[in-house]
Amino acid sequence: MDAQTTVFLLFILMLSVFLGIELISRVPSQLHTPLMSGSNAISGITIVGAVLSLSSGSETITAVLGTAAVACATVNVVGGYLVTDRMLGMFRKKGQGEG
Amino acid sequence: MLSPFLIDMAYIVAAVFFIFGLKMLGKADTARRGNQVSAMGMMIALVATLLYGGLDYTYILVGIAIGGGIGLFGAKTVAMTGMPEMVALFNGTGGIASLLVGWAEFHQSYVETAASGVIGYSSFTLFAIFLASVIGGLTFTGSIVAWAKLSGKLPGKPVLFPGQQVFNVLLLVVVLAAGIAFALVGDMSDPLMMAKYDIYLVIVAVGLILGVLAVIGIGGADMPVVIALLNSYSGLAACATGFIIANKVLIVSGALVGASGLILTTIMCKAMNRSLANVLFSGFGSTSGGSAKKNEGEARVITAEDAFLVLEAAGSVVFVPGYGMAVAQAQHAVRELGDMLEDNGCEVKYAIHPVAGRMPGHMNVLLAEANVPYEQLVEPDDVNPIMETVDVCMVIGANDVVNPSAREDEDSTIYGMPIIDSDLARTTFVLKRSLGAGYAGIGNPLFFKDNTRMLLGDAKDSVSTLVAEFKQN
Repeated sequence: MDAQTTVFLLFILMLSVFLGIELISRVPSQLHTPLMSGSNAISGITIVGAVLSLSSGSETITAVLGTAAVACATVNVVGGYLVTDRMLGMFRKKGQGEG
Repeated sequence: MLSPFLIDMAYIVAAVFFIFGLKMLGKADTARRGNQVSAMGMMIALVATLLYGGLDYTYILVGIAIGGGIGLFGAKTVAMTGMPEMVALFNGTGGIASLLVGWAEFHQSYVETAASGVIGYSSFTLFAIFLASVIGGLTFTGSIVAWAKLSGKLPGKPVLFPGQQVFNVLLLVVVLAAGIAFALVGDMSDPLMMAKYDIYLVIVAVGLILGVLAVIGIGGADMPVVIALLNSYSGLAACATGFIIANKVLIVSGALVGASGLILTTIMCKAMNRSLANVLFSGFGSTSGGSAKKNEGEARVITAEDAFLVLEAAGSVVFVPGYGMAVAQAQHAVRELGDMLEDNGCEVKYAIHPVAGRMPGHMNVLLAEANVPYEQLVEPDDVNPIMETVDVCMVIGANDVVNPSAREDEDSTIYGMPIIDSDLARTTFVLKRSLGAGYAGIGNPLFFKDNTRMLLGDAKDSVSTLVAEFKQN
């Protein structure tokens, strides 16, 4: 990685951190759990890295590690989003029916 | 196969979806759609990645099938009361995934370097691999310990041994030194280069051990902070993974999660009036000499029948749920009682402390499961000013968050923590299994106040009895 790319990526990191802080700073406490589990699902984005580590013709050990990584990240993504959706499905306003 | 340019474009779209998704998750009306928007972003990022070409799709499909099956099963079968454990587990899998990606990338370039004799990694990449592996690893083991504590497989009390702090700091120093040694790139004949793989294995091992030691010393009542912090770490691990392969969408999303998790952690700490360092290193509740004042007086016990008579005459009732309600699975019975009271012309509110329960917003989820409309859920700041006008405050399985010592007793370990002023209501009912201390191991003077009545027994049974009384009359 050349110096320019490094600086560019660090710049992206800096801006994203500030964006993350701004996005979350005023959230009602009733939404803390769904927010946490929803953002937890986003951290499953590491699935992208896991998939990219499995380029064809890679070492056997690399392939085993990569496959395990894909599996774990998928658990995080699928489980995270579904559980969040289940929770949010229960939040309802007064007068709204079941389900 | 898509060109890298188009894939990067898709990543930008995915990042926009994540940002909007998170934004919408922060508002009650749009939260569910926000989660779906964010899931779409994930789908876009994944599909775009699969179109890179030159990938081994058999392995990828096997991985996705296994992981998808486990995730689907876990998410569909978990009971709402088991939610904190489940979130911890899912969080852990994200952490280990980042560790494995780091390992896979390192292994591949290590083998290629050894075969070709040309060094295939830079110090920057190696340091990113180090960070992804350590943070990912400690997120994994930390989450597993949190899961074990939350599900009762390990004691909720802090597990401490002599010299633990020193040992933890020592490990941290070791892993940082190993990280620096790992990132140095010299000649192929350099001993540091020869030992690269060994150094890496040390890093992985220490990272995993650190996660265990960091969480095992933290008490059950502090779990909301720990869970929020681990969530932040899993984002940071993903972010570090992004630096290994110079992937922008990983960096952006990982940083978003890392930052938002940190904010949530800060909110939790504020709700307990403690610093993050204090939560992480104090082993709260393990010391017995915390509260200097002896609890004086005698607790007055009330029967369900008498409690019913008071409730029937009440014009306003505030419920204060805590972890005990989750344990007793009393949320449905509580909602039923709340409905009966409303039918009786009583104003009903549920006051929820930010750190009640074992994860941020734990009580909200349980009450939502029981169909309590979220307009009835109020925060301490909303209910405390009017507490003196409340006829009955019913404390259900909550303890430390209603402990007046936090307001009155300067020697108490929880002094200064914002609480729900249940003791100021005209009458306070405390539903509790016995007269023992709370999770933090601190005595609660609330139980001995003149206007407090103890309704002893299983919370669900007690509330159900009250509901039955209402039905009879």
